[in-house]
Amino acid sequence: MQDTDHLGRPIIVVTGVGVITSLGQGQDVNWRALTAGKSGIHRITRFPIDGMKTTIAGTVDFIPVPDSSAPAMSERLAELVIEEAIAESGIGQPGDFPGPLFLALPPVEMEWPQRLALAAESGANETVAYDDLLRAAGSGDHARYYERFLFSSVGENLAVRFGTKGSPIATSTACASGGTAIQLGVEAIRRGEAESALVVGTDASVNPESLIRFSLLSALSTRNEAPELASRPFAKDRDGFIMSEGAGALVLESLAHAWARGATIIGVIEGCGEAADGFHRTRSSPDGKPIIACMRNALADAGLAPEDIGYINAHGTSTPENDKMEWVGVSAVFGDRASSIPISSNKSMIGHTLTAAGAIEAIFTLLTLRHGVLPPTINYDTPDPAVPVDCVPNVARAAQVSHAISNSFGFGGQNVCVVIGAAPK
Amino acid sequence: MPHDRDALITGIGLISCLGEGVDAHWDALNAFAPVVDETSFPGFPVHPMTALALDKQIPKRGDQRQMEAWQRIGTYAAGAALDSAGVKGNAELLSRMHMIVAAGGGERDYAVDSAILSALPKAENPGAYLNEHLLSDLRPTLFLAQLSNLLAGNISLVHGVVGSSRTFMGEESSGTDAVRIACARIAAGQGDLFLVGGSYNAQRPDVLLHYEMGHLLWKQGFAGVWERQAAGGGMLLGSLGCFLVIESRAHAVARGATPLARIASVATDRSRRGAGEATANAQRQLAALDGTYDAAATAVISGASGAAAATVEERAFLDGLGLPVRAGASAFGHGLEPSFPANLALAAMSIARGSLFAPLEAAEAPMAGPLRDVLVTGWGHWRGEALAHVTAA
Repeated sequence: MQDTDHLGRPIIVVTGVGVITSLGQGQDVNWRALTAGKSGIHRITRFPIDGMKTTIAGTVDFIPVPDSSAPAMSERLAELVIEEAIAESGIGQPGDFPGPLFLALPPVEMEWPQRLALAAESGANETVAYDDLLRAAGSGDHARYYERFLFSSVGENLAVRFGTKGSPIATSTACASGGTAIQLGVEAIRRGEAESALVVGTDASVNPESLIRFSLLSALSTRNEAPELASRPFAKDRDGFIMSEGAGALVLESLAHAWARGATIIGVIEGCGEAADGFHRTRSSPDGKPIIACMRNALADAGLAPEDIGYINAHGTSTPENDKMEWVGVSAVFGDRASSIPISSNKSMIGHTLTAAGAIEAIFTLLTLRHGVLPPTINYDTPDPAVPVDCVPNVARAAQVSHAISNSFGFGGQNVCVVIGAAPK
Repeated sequence: MPHDRDALITGIGLISCLGEGVDAHWDALNAFAPVVDETSFPGFPVHPMTALALDKQIPKRGDQRQMEAWQRIGTYAAGAALDSAGVKGNAELLSRMHMIVAAGGGERDYAVDSAILSALPKAENPGAYLNEHLLSDLRPTLFLAQLSNLLAGNISLVHGVVGSSRTFMGEESSGTDAVRIACARIAAGQGDLFLVGGSYNAQRPDVLLHYEMGHLLWKQGFAGVWERQAAGGGMLLGSLGCFLVIESRAHAVARGATPLARIASVATDRSRRGAGEATANAQRQLAALDGTYDAAATAVISGASGAAAATVEERAFLDGLGLPVRAGASAFGHGLEPSFPANLALAAMSIARGSLFAPLEAAEAPMAGPLRDVLVTGWGHWRGEALAHVTAA
């Protein structure tokens, strides 16, 4: 077998993965839960939920983080999944990863606990304005807050800890960020800048304000009474996504590099495609053109035809709009096969891990091909005639698949599709 | 030797306190008078954005309303760059134009924050109070004005740039890496036509608060970034929008575009800023350029922020080069994410004119002779070191 692809570029393989979701820590725990159709969605206990329209989420509550904040916790989850991925890959030396870091990271800003702490320090009595916060900021030592809420500090800290090379790149393409980070890594290796790249998507931003922001856009499910039943992609009575946390890391390498060091290959990143949508800030073009384009671009990049694809790892958020538009796209790209090609949504079990979703779901797609088992879409009890998919309803299914795609779509017209192949035999 | 895969700057959209467009900036830089707002945030001077006729680049009032200032600045500058490159409205080109945006986050609702900060500590149930007031008082669309990738989203929406859209975050380094990745993709044939840049709104209390927590702000009367160092240094933030159209030579020639300059190389790296580490990165980046420029016709446009440690170390490094230096942040303030693209814009416009603009302060030497090459530095105020070499197209 040769080590270059249909365009003469280095073939990019995955030699290590690490994952944390609300289902647990590590690939084994996650894979067992995922193929057993288990849900990680639960009532929120991290903060008071009084008055909230949505009171459920897929938070990761089993990793203690001191001075917690979204960037602190996102960084900690990233550390843990990177450790798992590097250990599996066996690449480099401890603290000396031989390639660059591409990080999908949620936007960073100071949060209520810090704002309230400054307000208390200011000593202002009746009303607290930003002038008071500024005064308090200047009079004490707040270097820790300053550094924590820089956009660059998560990537910098990870680069220091794992010894990645060059300037770490933190990307945000909303809910497609994980896919974008993979694409950046693939492109860097194809350009010959590096033989390997560390890709990580992480998101631990379930806090009152971010939950409410999504809630105010009517994006979240309000099926609060039975949390594990709330995420129901493709079902007729789906009513929104579930905000969730998690992280996924992938060690990417050129096939030549992996061979040379005798690494075990988990799977192949065969191609990536993207397209932006200028229709609306939160909605897809009704004709689905950008979604269609991103899948077609990915297939072309991989040198594959729609007939070659045996499984689709859906974006499948469980919002009425997304799942319908994804079907519009899939039916255009896959034609007559659209209703028979298995397409399942991991989000039925882990919820929507937002910035991390593209990385986590690419990992689950790799495991799907590796183990020959399609994870189900759970809570599929009322089919939607407008979305006639084979969503692998409720129960995992054995299937040998050679090539799959993983879709990620996000606010701001972001669309990314990654083509994943089974490890060469 | 000209090469098909050269990265050429074929369009610039630049807006700051000095005005709009490269001509306005050229004139303002050569008759430099600082534009500083010392009254809006007492004790915290900032360089304010020039008055913009928003309708010119963001024709729909509904779009203007959906954005906060940082997005309006960026969307405006992006439109100006597309105009300058002659690609505005060309659906065929825009459908395959790749966008890399360097972004922070957007404005908050300061009145809502203030009301909650005032009342929450006295509330019987603080958690419930926070939930209730965020739910009832936050504008639903404010989230979209805050999300980092929604500057790119607005550019897709308003200007139709839809080939692809990626947003990088990370203060100054997001801007340097955006340019580096665009140029690397052009060189490798991973794209022909790019829109690269970002925006910064300095006129907001939350960003002042962030840097005040790091004790990094300059809080006295105006002084250039070098002059400030004798008094402990500090950043004077500036509202800034800059986008560059960067394209392969083959693509520019084929569509008859007029290039302003060529980005001959751009390198980025990081260090923990231990003693001499940033300088060592810069030395490595410089060594890779060995022999590619004529020192007699070369100047430096520095991205120095004014923050003491990095600025002092960079100045020592630059003194060793013996080249005339200009610091963009003295002119339009430090703008974090778009700083590097904006300093590249100053370099490109100077090269296109064949001369360097006048010194901005006493520590900057005049340059009488012709200008053919510019080295642009991009040292972050905290981390990240970048160096670009810009030359004639």
